[in-house]
Amino acid sequence: MSIESGPPNHRDEIGRQIAIGRFANAHTLLASYWRSKPGPATAPFVLSQFEKLRTAVGATTLRVAILRSFTVEPLVPLLRAAAAASRIDLQVYVSGFNTYAQEILDRSSNLYRFQPEIALLAVQTQDLVPELWNDYSRLNATEVETAARRATNSLRDLIGTFRDQSQASLVIHTLESPMFPSHGVLDLQSGKGQLATIKDLNERICACAREYAGVYALDYDALIARYGRQYWRDEQKWLALRFPISANCLIHQVNEWMRFIQPLSGRICKALVLDLDNTLWGGVLGEEGMEGIALGSEYPGSAYVDFQRSILDLYHRGVLLAVCSKNNEREAMYVMRAHPHMLLRPDHFSVIRINWEEKAHNLSEIADELNIGADALAFVDDNPVECEQVRQALPEVNVIQLPTDPARYSLTLRGNPVFERLALSTEDRNRNGFYATQRRRHELRNNTGSLEEFYWSLRQRIVLANATSKTLSRVAQLTQKTNQFNLTSRRYREQDLAAMLARPEFRIITISVSDRFGDNGLVGVAITLDAGPVCEIDTLLLSCRVIGRTIETALLAYLIQQACSRGLGFLKGWFLPTARNAPAGDFYPSHGFSLSRTETQGSLWQFDLTNSKPACPEWIEMQEVNNKKYTHSYD
Amino acid sequence: MIDRIRHLAADLFNLPAEQISSSSSSADIKAWDSLQHLNLILALEHEFQIQLEPEEAERMKTICDVAKQVEYKLASRA
Repeated sequence: MSIESGPPNHRDEIGRQIAIGRFANAHTLLASYWRSKPGPATAPFVLSQFEKLRTAVGATTLRVAILRSFTVEPLVPLLRAAAAASRIDLQVYVSGFNTYAQEILDRSSNLYRFQPEIALLAVQTQDLVPELWNDYSRLNATEVETAARRATNSLRDLIGTFRDQSQASLVIHTLESPMFPSHGVLDLQSGKGQLATIKDLNERICACAREYAGVYALDYDALIARYGRQYWRDEQKWLALRFPISANCLIHQVNEWMRFIQPLSGRICKALVLDLDNTLWGGVLGEEGMEGIALGSEYPGSAYVDFQRSILDLYHRGVLLAVCSKNNEREAMYVMRAHPHMLLRPDHFSVIRINWEEKAHNLSEIADELNIGADALAFVDDNPVECEQVRQALPEVNVIQLPTDPARYSLTLRGNPVFERLALSTEDRNRNGFYATQRRRHELRNNTGSLEEFYWSLRQRIVLANATSKTLSRVAQLTQKTNQFNLTSRRYREQDLAAMLARPEFRIITISVSDRFGDNGLVGVAITLDAGPVCEIDTLLLSCRVIGRTIETALLAYLIQQACSRGLGFLKGWFLPTARNAPAGDFYPSHGFSLSRTETQGSLWQFDLTNSKPACPEWIEMQEVNNKKYTHSYD
Repeated sequence: MIDRIRHLAADLFNLPAEQISSSSSSADIKAWDSLQHLNLILALEHEFQIQLEPEEAERMKTICDVAKQVEYKLASRA
């Protein structure tokens, strides 16, 4: 009876889950329904169901404007359905037909009234530079260059005006190349031909985009090439309806847009959790042993090497890696360490869970350990039963079920919007290293007898410094993100901190930590405020990376030493409890502070500077740099 | 075939399937405008892996027309 758009009971089951209020599970079903059969026939159903659960699943609302020179309307429901599958509630504005330039230039246009958060500028070659598309064969070199320059200049003007008018991110399509150049095979033989001209023009467009923050280029020509020019275009619909994309390629255009929308929305996966057997290698280790598993230069082992290579690319993009496998731990670790063809080694993984527990249970623990939500996890497994168990128990997790053919594994990761990033900070690049060294520290701790021995073995070095204009943004980030070891959880923006620095009574001290495993970077902050004989600790926090290693004692010892040298009599500070800062709860009492009063929001502690003072632990090597307070005005 | 098309149109036009019969046409379904007609064509092409010529698309006025056209396309492909 029902149409052939997905199994009929799938649709009924979604309705049933909504009816009994299991919205997260309903959403998971809806997302897999969409992913199993994405297209113009299924998009309306996905949208009508998403309407009923978007609030319950905490969807992110995002306003997207499409500025275009051709018909894009049929793409809109597909784009909204693809976003809905990733818990993004997309509101879409489509500019007038070919009025993109006017709307960008007119400050009171509908475009700006819509207040987009993202704008997509989709202009075709034949609309932006018709002479290069239609008349190339009768242009001389000067005319070609004039046309290219005119196009670049007008785009640059549009980008500049848009940037002045709107904070939205702007994604610009590059220009498509013709299927056959006007001069045929001669095009490549006679100096700079039509294809080279369009390629060069695209490079200029990308350079324009790079000049502005929040402007990104989308390689439209490469997108078309990926699926094939002939397959991509529908000439009849182009000529009759100004709609250039064939029915089968709508989804490819939409997914390409999602590769930008997803990272811009923040709905991304920060960690990739991997199974081992038939995922990182072929076969079952427990049965076939290290010699028997498929991994190496011969097929099918080569397919698994290729898959590991695509995972390694994500690792270098800052995606955290973890293992979650039902296996014999010792044997599996041995393969990861010693197999000659493993590209991924234990050090690439932030968390490793090899045991016989349920995967959903391990995944929750992995999310906790990495201090991220379950919705920031992607889980990859070849086994449909394991995938289904995780989908049901943890509907927020992004489950990626591998196809049966290992040669197609890489494609499930490459181009997947949840792993896209639009910028890469040094922190992102090093993040994996931080967590992997953290894991080795844990191992060391388990292998070391006493806690003190452990501290000594870490060979920790700390650097204490006054905040500077260079470190202030990191300080602001730490005040906003640190939840566990944070005594007051006061959140500051960079400009708030700059204002504090301008006042003589405030001090902002930063602490950087390195140890035998590597450099943790700037991981702690203290903000103090002098008033009469009292130095108040306004903020004292440490990143969770360095909790439990007596760094806090060293930081306090430094604050005390500084207060003494300023001739002060007391140190005081609030502990303001939150749902997550219990680890900092006994900081003041365990360091000799006495309780001075308790109020509903927290407790105030005081330390008499004539008392015996806590010292920097002897296993920490302390260095003080830049101890002159930075007072430059900050803009 | 008629039923499959009815359900597909119901999803597309956001109407209960019962409100769509084989004789329903763009004249009596308000949502069935020229843009929805393009959506319908693309959905049919994608669902049935066929290619509809602009003239054929033009001729499809009722659900019954659509079903016949799709059946014809599928038959001539086989």
